[in-house]
Amino acid sequence: MLLHNSVDTDPRNKDLKSIYIYEAPVRLWHWVMFIAIAVLIVTGLLIAYPPPSTNGEASAHFMFGYIRFAHFTAGYTLAVSWLLRIYWAFVGNDYSRQLFLVPIFNRIWWQEFLYDVKSYLFLHVREIKYSGHNPMAQAAMAFMFTPAAFFMMITGFAMYSEGAGKGSWSDKVFGWVIPLFGQSQDVHTWHHLCMWVIVMFVIVHTYMVMRQDVTTRESIVSTMVSGYRTFKD
Amino acid sequence: METFYDVLRRQGITRRSFLKFCSLTATSLGLGSYFAPRIAHALETKPRTPVIWLHGLECTCCSESFIRSAHPLAKDVVLSMLSLDYDDTLMASAGLQAQACLDETIAKYKGNYILAVEGNPPLNEDGMYCITGGKPFVEELKRVAKDAKAVIAWGACASWGCVQAAKPNPTHAVPIDKVIFDKPIIKVPGCPPIAEVMTAVVTYMLTFDRLPELDRQGRPKMFYGQRIHDKCYRRPHFDAGQFVESWDDEGARKGYCLYKMGCKGPTTYNACSTTRWNDGVSFPIGSGHGCIGCSEDGFWDKGSFYDRVTGIKQFGIEANADKIGGTLAAVTAAGVAVHAGITALTRAKLNHGKGFGKDGSGE
Repeated sequence: MLLHNSVDTDPRNKDLKSIYIYEAPVRLWHWVMFIAIAVLIVTGLLIAYPPPSTNGEASAHFMFGYIRFAHFTAGYTLAVSWLLRIYWAFVGNDYSRQLFLVPIFNRIWWQEFLYDVKSYLFLHVREIKYSGHNPMAQAAMAFMFTPAAFFMMITGFAMYSEGAGKGSWSDKVFGWVIPLFGQSQDVHTWHHLCMWVIVMFVIVHTYMVMRQDVTTRESIVSTMVSGYRTFKD
Repeated sequence: METFYDVLRRQGITRRSFLKFCSLTATSLGLGSYFAPRIAHALETKPRTPVIWLHGLECTCCSESFIRSAHPLAKDVVLSMLSLDYDDTLMASAGLQAQACLDETIAKYKGNYILAVEGNPPLNEDGMYCITGGKPFVEELKRVAKDAKAVIAWGACASWGCVQAAKPNPTHAVPIDKVIFDKPIIKVPGCPPIAEVMTAVVTYMLTFDRLPELDRQGRPKMFYGQRIHDKCYRRPHFDAGQFVESWDDEGARKGYCLYKMGCKGPTTYNACSTTRWNDGVSFPIGSGHGCIGCSEDGFWDKGSFYDRVTGIKQFGIEANADKIGGTLAAVTAAGVAVHAGITALTRAKLNHGKGFGKDGSGE
């Protein structure tokens, strides 16, 4: 387990120019998330606010059916890629576990976290270089994005089970969620509300990676393509 | 001992009508034609099971629905079957006589009668908000439930709490499963439940001497296993994306889907779209109005009947998921914009002071 993320703390890293961080499955997972979440948000909003009605006979159209199909397919894709991602956390490198294991009992991690907070508050210029996620980013992913994604998958499959019917696998695995929330309409409301948590994460995430890319001398965005974090000095 | 069939024949019901009822009941229970003779046989041979029907905090809409059971026989059959050893609304006797009937039935059929509860008990002020026979209803309910074989919760009141338990629930009305713990409870929610569902549930229990298969929330699966939406005759319009956009528009005249008008069919488990009401004449969606979800838990407190994305009370009357989430997202975006602005300014200042050094972070 990676206790702290700064590369500077290890003297061997003095002349480090690049380091392989994100293995192929992690990168693939990331971009599957990107596409799936984009499709899920757009189709999800269309399900809540359907487009203007089609004309003619009902038998000639399947518009809302296709919107829902896209939503369900993207949801399934998201869930399966999460399962593979969890598997990879067991067999992948240290960085693949950062999403799930946050070293909250490690003093250095907290020091770096506070250091990060201060640098984001413009109290000082950040001088530490990180190989994987910086502590703030790690906290945001582990405590905001990952729980939100799982909340969406659990409530999503619970609602899917309503259409799939009693006795379907989704009913057997996730059917208990509906009485837990009270009734189906509550599950819909919370599923919709949690979508905005993911939207907030996407806004901050996109801003942060682009900002890091521009203001620091380390690669961020391209790292999720190539897998390598490069340091320009 | 008198059987159901004896009672029916005594009331002048023909054997033909009796068998028709048995077939209808078998079909509506999803049992198939094979079970019609079994139901008939059971009704012919089994001694009548007494039913005690208690009324708590309620509007009596369950009884109103029940006595309008669509099948021409059902009301006779079921009223006879139940015989209503005690039902203070329907029975002829009143006052002390009625109480005597109740006590007599409990004593005579101890552990062998079915208790049907319409309405629910309020718990505030020691239950004084609902008094029957001079005692708080909650005490009466517990006393009668103690020796019952099984308990039927009629309607949304007994099953979930309904309007008297809606926020702020001043009388602290609770569904009956909050005061009866040691008896099997079968929930037949709805405000009111469909008459045919009620008669079929009773028939099933009397015929097979057991509860029908229940779902996670204690409702009989055969009637509450699917949503209104799953069997709605307007469903093709839903899949096609053809919606009523406003009352009395072209779509409303053409009978398009009422999803956009806040129809709760997609979140409501009941048999309305198959069984319908009043001898199969219609049901709310058939009459051009969305389902209000009356058989769902706490349906009074789930925001407007006419909203698709319903309100969230905890955040204020007008708030829904989008107003809350959208506001948070907008604040986040604004924060990001401000942060980006300050970042740019800080870097400009550093670069200005030191010139364009090789280190972009301004070292």
